Amino acid sequence: MAIEIRIPTILRSYTGGAKVVEGAGDTLGDLLTDLDSRHAGLKARLVTDANALHRFVNVYVNDEDVRFLGALDAKLNDGDSVTILPAVAGGAFGFAAAAAIASHGASRRAAVVAR
Amino acid sequence: MLSIDRSIVEAIVAHARRDHPDEACGVVAGPAGSDTPTRHIPMDNAARSMTFYEFDSMEQLRVWREMDDRDEEPVVIYHSHTATEAYPSRTDIAFAGEPGAHYLLVSTRESDTEEIRSFRIVDGVVAEEPVRIVDAAVDPHAVQSYMFGQSPATVDYECSGR
Repeated sequence: MAIEIRIPTILRSYTGGAKVVEGAGDTLGDLLTDLDSRHAGLKARLVTDANALHRFVNVYVNDEDVRFLGALDAKLNDGDSVTILPAVAGGAFGFAAAAAIASHGASRRAAVVAR
Repeated sequence: MLSIDRSIVEAIVAHARRDHPDEACGVVAGPAGSDTPTRHIPMDNAARSMTFYEFDSMEQLRVWREMDDRDEEPVVIYHSHTATEAYPSRTDIAFAGEPGAHYLLVSTRESDTEEIRSFRIVDGVVAEEPVRIVDAAVDPHAVQSYMFGQSPATVDYECSGR
């Protein structure tokens, strides 16, 4: 068995238009590396240069947001279903929002590390 | 051009007024490929902020799955600006991840009038489009099955030229 990954519209240019693809990996990071070997460029849209999940996407394993499961270190099992969605966010003021994003991301990471 | 039923616009404005001065946000789903918004889904602003909005990630998963099950897509993604004009900010543009959606902005900075504008945001490029508000000739509670083109009275709002 493999892991099923649901791809959002905006990233289907990397999967030849496919809405669902399959992959393998023990962690989310491994899975994304595996996917990138067949769908080159996909991983860079999901993972930053600092090897963290991009703020612009939400990734779920089954029914859980991976930010609460260790992000790229989230453990995967055969038969799991991974869903990628574009994060929907924004707001009036660019600078204030950028600060909110930065602190929000940091507190989420801190919460995961603290576990 | 975005064609949208008046009752849905009124529900969006009511949501924005209710949450003012915090930003309000939500989705209007419609049948996939129809470009017709039919089902209004107000979402929580997980940021509860006057200058930022963010869908709660778990609520979003639930709503996106439901749309998928019903063969729908997010035709409109809306949010309010509560002290500034209804024009996408740099943050709005950076986050815009649904290339097929109409990004509807409502400004509630004036207490007696709303500014409602719609945009396409694709690959960081913003294009404003006219909003056509359609009066349903049917029971407003039956909006989900309402189809356009039944010679309703219409009001066309042209882009305000920017």
